[in-house]
Amino acid sequence: MTALRFDLAAIADQIGHEKNAPRVLDVGCGDGALMVALEADHSADVRGVELDPVKVERCVARGLSVVQGDADIDLANYPDKSFDFAVLSRTLQTTNRPDQVLEELLRLAHIAFVSFPNFAHWGTRAALMFGGKMPITNALPVSWYETENIHHVTVEDFRDLAAAKGARIIREWNFTNERAIGPLGANWRAEFAVFQLSR
Amino acid sequence: MTSPLASKAYHLPGSLSLDSGQVLESAEIAYETYGDLNAERSNAILLCHALTGDQYVASKHPITGKPGWWERMVGPGKPLDTERFHVICANVIGSCMGSTGPASPAPDGKPYGMRFPVITIRDMVRGIVALLDGLGIERLHTVVGGSMGGMQALSLAANWPDRARRVLVLASTARHSAQNIAFHELGRQAIMADPNWADGAYYGRDAKPDNGLAVARMAAHITYLSEDGLTEKFGRRLQDRDAKSFGFEADFQVESYLRYQGSGFTQRFDANSYLYITRAMDYFDLAEEHGGKLADAFVDTSARFCLVSFDTDWLYPTAESRHIVHALNATSAKVSFVELSANAGHDSFLLPHDQLDRVVRGFVE
Repeated sequence: MTALRFDLAAIADQIGHEKNAPRVLDVGCGDGALMVALEADHSADVRGVELDPVKVERCVARGLSVVQGDADIDLANYPDKSFDFAVLSRTLQTTNRPDQVLEELLRLAHIAFVSFPNFAHWGTRAALMFGGKMPITNALPVSWYETENIHHVTVEDFRDLAAAKGARIIREWNFTNERAIGPLGANWRAEFAVFQLSR
Repeated sequence: MTSPLASKAYHLPGSLSLDSGQVLESAEIAYETYGDLNAERSNAILLCHALTGDQYVASKHPITGKPGWWERMVGPGKPLDTERFHVICANVIGSCMGSTGPASPAPDGKPYGMRFPVITIRDMVRGIVALLDGLGIERLHTVVGGSMGGMQALSLAANWPDRARRVLVLASTARHSAQNIAFHELGRQAIMADPNWADGAYYGRDAKPDNGLAVARMAAHITYLSEDGLTEKFGRRLQDRDAKSFGFEADFQVESYLRYQGSGFTQRFDANSYLYITRAMDYFDLAEEHGGKLADAFVDTSARFCLVSFDTDWLYPTAESRHIVHALNATSAKVSFVELSANAGHDSFLLPHDQLDRVVRGFVE
């Protein structure tokens, strides 16, 4: 099996650290890599939600419980606190209403993990400032007209949103070049961020 | 209709109590099996057939001589692999392929006709559960069904929650909509308007309500297809002629096709069975059976569910499958759902589809 992507690995480790056999909802689960790892390594009971039918089909063919659905619409049916953990990896910035999606995550799970590309990374800032064009970077590799990212967000923005939602940030990871970096100047230095929150 | 059929038959040891309050005495269930049951009796897959389907899933139909209706899915090495699984398919009660239905003799020795009690989807499943009891199968590996078969699979999961580990529902719904009922009523009225229907007492006569049944089938068949599928297959092409006839022959290929489908259907299906089974489908509302809340239908189940819909299916559209998924989410059941793309409308679940094969194979793994 291939290694988990760095942000997913951090989330999987933390979940395994906090609870054995947890109930997890992976929103935007893609091909199910995190789900497989959580089942194999931590005996998790994992459900997935994914928009792309081709990815859903791959997940179901792997024996995973994945529902084709939209984070903006389909989270409303899960009962309050029906999961220990909810994961939203690299999906927040593609949703119509990131604030409402975060609200749902905090409602349906005890703890939420959210990962996203940080738009305030210095490379993004430089591309916009000096190039005068929408940035194409490692973390944001797709042109403005093709990208699924419709609500770009920065580390600072997300901290503000969490505060506005009354969510407590339990832990924060920052990554650049797929490596974890310290919290100092994260809003400048991080290409990706992962937040662990609860309410 | 009562020609000797190749199927195995199981005589229910007791009477069958129906939702209507009536009782069906000494009913018989005709069924086929494929693949061997293992020593633990843990590899049985129950396949539930659709409205006009039957137990001949992967074997030659005794009347039409055509291959089984799901041979592409069931067989050695197929997604429902008969080298691993013991696949059971039973003709539902009310039907006409060997299980007790309106064409069967009533206790007085004469065909039931319209004296046959009105049955429901849950009654069909009661019959099948009695068969499983008779076969000594406590718990199914999987129950699978498309269309009306999906309704039976859902009914089994809701009412006999311990009987299946996995529930696979294709192109189906938890309730019949007004539109679904309307199309069925059209078909029933076509049958009952045929003078040969004779209030259902046509058995033993030469003249059967074939015209009415054919029209019912033609109308229903349109609902199984999609506009795109029809356009692609027939367009406005003419049938065996270069110009319009300015009459009412089957000028268009699509007319000819529907007439062929309608008349072919009368060779293998009983008009009264069509009335009874469509009624059972119209009465189906799984939420209503469980106090009005669909989620409550699934509170006792620990089964894994998989639902599949098709984007061009307007008979049981994706929204109906999503409705079921949301109810299952509300009970925290293990559920998968995917909408697959196919242009054949409702019938897509019966046709070749690589993604469907992978989903089915993966889900029963």
